[in-house]
This record gives sequence, C-alpha cells and structure tokens, in this order.
Amino acid sequence: MRRPGTALLLLLCLAVLSAGFGLLIGSASLSLSDYRLALLAPDSVPAQIVWELRAPRVYAGFCVGALLSVAGTFLQALLRNPLADPYVFGVSSGAALGMLVAMLLGLGAAASYGFGLTGAAAVALIVAALSYRVGDWNPYRLLLTGVVIAAGLNAGIGLILTLSPEAAVKGMLYWLMGDLSHAPAPLSVGVLLLALCGMGVAGGPAINALAVGRLKAATLGVATGRLELLLYLGAALAATAAVLIAGTVGFVGLIVPHLVRMIGIHDHRWLVPCAALAGGALLALADTLARSAWAPLQLPVGVLTALIGVPVLLALIARREDAAR
Amino acid sequence: MLRAESVDIRVPGRLLVRALNLEISPGQRWGVLGRNGAGKSTLLHVLAGLRPPDAGRVLLDGRAIDAFSRRTVARRLGVLLQEESRDYWGSARDYALLGRFPHAASLFGPGARDREIVDAALAQMDLGPLAGRAYRSLSGGERQRTRLAALIAQQPALFLCDEPLQHLDLPHQVALLERLKNSALGRAAGYLLVLHDLVFAARYCDRLLLLFGDGRYAAGTRDEVLDERNLAALYGFPVQMREVDGERVFLPARSAGPHAYNPGL
Repeated sequence: MRRPGTALLLLLCLAVLSAGFGLLIGSASLSLSDYRLALLAPDSVPAQIVWELRAPRVYAGFCVGALLSVAGTFLQALLRNPLADPYVFGVSSGAALGMLVAMLLGLGAAASYGFGLTGAAAVALIVAALSYRVGDWNPYRLLLTGVVIAAGLNAGIGLILTLSPEAAVKGMLYWLMGDLSHAPAPLSVGVLLLALCGMGVAGGPAINALAVGRLKAATLGVATGRLELLLYLGAALAATAAVLIAGTVGFVGLIVPHLVRMIGIHDHRWLVPCAALAGGALLALADTLARSAWAPLQLPVGVLTALIGVPVLLALIARREDAAR
Repeated sequence: MLRAESVDIRVPGRLLVRALNLEISPGQRWGVLGRNGAGKSTLLHVLAGLRPPDAGRVLLDGRAIDAFSRRTVARRLGVLLQEESRDYWGSARDYALLGRFPHAASLFGPGARDREIVDAALAQMDLGPLAGRAYRSLSGGERQRTRLAALIAQQPALFLCDEPLQHLDLPHQVALLERLKNSALGRAAGYLLVLHDLVFAARYCDRLLLLFGDGRYAAGTRDEVLDERNLAALYGFPVQMREVDGERVFLPARSAGPHAYNPGL
C-alpha cells in the first residue's frame, strides 16, 4: 500500500466496527428498543448485557489480539525469522503451566494469575540466561533455547492434563485453545498495549535497520544489544499478558504481522500499530462469532481465529504469487 | 582520526595480526591487501569497533572507540561489510535511506534533506532509474551499488570498505573509485579499502597495509610497500612490475607454472 497512513485509518475503522459488532451481537438477541434502553437507562437489563457482559469481553479480546500481534511482530524482527510467533520462547507455556498447576490445585483466580506470571517470568529469565553470552546475543541460540524449553514445558502441560480429574480437563483444554469466556479486562492491559505500540513506533527506524542483519545495523548506528533486549522483553510481556487473560490463542500472533505486510506495510513505524489494530479487530470479531454463532454453545476463540485466518491467509498468499510474477 | 595501537587479532588457533600500529588521518587513501583468511575483514571489524581487538586498542578521534555510542561512530565511520543482506523489503531507495539512520533526528523518518542526499547518492551509483525497484529483485551488481549508495548517503569522514568492487562491472568499479578518490582529495572523507585488484590498489591507494596472515604486516606509502618482492611474499605467488604510461602496474607472472604457487608461504 502506497500510503501506510490510509491503511492505518482503514484498520482503525475495522477495529471500531469489530467492537461495535461485538457490542451488538451475542447469545441474547436484543431488539432495537433494547439497544436504546442500553444507551439511555444504565440500570436496565439490556444495558447490563451490553456494558457489563459484552463490552469487557470485546475489550479483552481486542487487547489480547493486539498484544499477540505486537509480540509476533517484535519476535519476527528480533529473530529475523518469519515463523516466529509469541509462543516460540515458551514464555507462554511457562504461564500456561503455572495457571494449570493452580487450576489443578483448585486455587482461586488471583493465585492462578500469580502462578502464571511466575511461570512466565521464570521461563523468560531462564531462556535469556541460557542463551546470553557477554557481547553476543545470538538469535539462533536464543530461538533454539526457547524452542527446546517450550517443548519441555508442553510435556509438563500434557502431564498435568493426564493427572487432572476429568471434570477439570475440559476447562483446561478450552483455556489452552484460547478462551475469552472468563477473561478479565483490566485497564492495565490496555496501558501495556499502548506502551508497546509506542515503543514499536519510536523504535521503528532501528527495528527496520535490524532487518539487514545485526552487524550492518550496528555500523548504521543501532545499539543492537539494547534493541534486541527491548524487543525480547516487550514480546515476553505482551505474550504473558495475553496468555494470562485468554489462554493460548493460536494463529493471531504468527499470521497478523504477515497479513499486514501483505498489504504492503513493512516499515515498523506503521507495521506495529497496524498489526495491533488488525490483530485486535480479528480477535474481537472471532470472539463475537465464537460466543454467538452456535449459542448457547460457546466455542474457544482460538479455534475460530484459525478457521477464519487460514483461508484469508491462503487467499492472500495466492494473490501475492500472482502479483510477483 | 582512526588509530590502532598494538592491536592483536586472533582467530581460534591462529594469530593473524600482531602488534599492529596504524594511524589513518583525514583524507588518506588506504588499501589493504592479503591472501584469503589473512585477517583483512576481521581487521576491518576491529577498526569499526564491531569486534574488540584481542590485544591493544582502537582510538577514534583520540578516544577509545567503544566509549562512543554506535550512532556517533556511524556518523564518523561508514562500513561496507564483505557480505551484506541480499534481502530487504523495500526499494533500492528504501535501502539507501538506511544510510541516513545515524543522522535522522526525527521520529517521522527521513526528511526532505535526507531524501535529497539519498537521491544524489543513488545517481552517483548510476541507480537513478532503478531507485524504485525492489531491492531483492536487483542483480548482484545493482545490489552492491545500492549498498554503496547507502554508504555514500551516510556521509562518513572515513569509509571502511570490504571488497567494494565485488560484483561491479568495470565502468562501475572505476566510477566508484573515482567518486571515493575525489572525496578524499577534497578531504571530505578518507578511505580504507580491502582489495584484491593490484592495478586499482596501486592507482587509487597512496598508502597500503599488507597483512601476511601470520602476525606480520607492512604498512606505508605506496612507494615504500608496493614492490615485486613484497607482493610475491604476500601472495606466495610471483608478481611482475611493468611501467605503462608512467604508471606502475603489478601483474601476476605469466611464466609461473603451477609449481610457482606456494600456498604454504
């Protein structure tokens, strides 16, 4: 796209539309007069449905999708590998393992978030410590370390699933596939999202330079060590926050950065905010579908993101092959 | 301007350069010659502050080079690496704009002045009509010219170039060397080029550094350093000097059979 500003504006409209869609649609079918009531009478039942049930969920879905997309964008830039996704380092597996242990022990919500956060922080530190050498933080060693640790943690997750009582397993599976039905919607997550987007925009030129290799980037004046550490920490924070809220929603963090690149936006000053908007809109939309399309049955949203994302991405890949010829 | 003091360079199991003392003053034109694996590229990385020397130190403007931020170094030293990325998402102009990164003051990216400088650099590298083409779709030589345009747009006070002539055709080799020489004559920027071409080294470098790959080196003016004996010892291959129109030209000896080549030297 010639004008990235236009794309950003369009994606902003898409995000607003997806939020509106999420507020208007749900398992309870409301009439037009109900929506008027929701706007005018804050104590009415429709108002409660729209503002206390749907709005926080739309917000949570948007934030999770945006955080995952930003994390994916950061990691793809850090590792210069298009297959990097927010879960590649196992930070999210650490969070998931912590949460599942808390679920297995039957602890309350606060304790499970504490467990999840501890697991994520521990993994982020272990991966960084194992892959760091003074003056040389090799992305390949980092990637390999992360992938191996993630594999180990996933075995731990499998172990917990087999040990858990059958009644608990379905809830755990929902959560592992990504599920927003019990998602909290704290304001701090939005603040974190804005901060990370700001970091991506401000650091955009340096992140762009990193694309030609860390040695060349260093000759151009990029403080590569510091930038890589910031990208790693930013991605780890975003992935952890997303997993704590909604479990491991797949697909979004890997694919959304590619979707945005396919409409021609590569400059990270635009790519980061565009990916945040696109990812947020995609997950908010997918969650609206997940909770309404088969109501009263609620699907885990992660299943739907893949069902929507795969054909869209395949279509874009096919179209791009044509354009390249 | 750039100074190496008692610099040692090692690779695992071998000492490539021992106790190198080198002073590069503004406007000087240096060439670095040596066999494959003699430590030319590693020396370039050390001089650019990308790798610490194994002993000794490198000073930029009288201060240790690692005391400066990378951005400050990038405004003084422009580095062409031996191998640079073949892939970049943008056009040739986008790639060349990377050269303005150390100068960019604004979050909103390169300004009108930066674009002017980049367009001038692209024109100097004969890339005007190709500026809008995708970098990854360019030929090898065109990509190399794009990297050089980025380097020129960086406007350093000293160019450190590792095999800048690779992939370039003859007219573009001469055009590049003339461009660099003119900026050196105007004292705008000196250079240090790693070269394998003895004709161009003799024509465009008035100081030379020979790296023998076993710790020994020879550094000095062209007349001091460039002769048949030094070059034959450097390459382990006989070299003959001829005068062509008053210019000293070094040629690989024709009479040298396969036996004359002594890779162990």
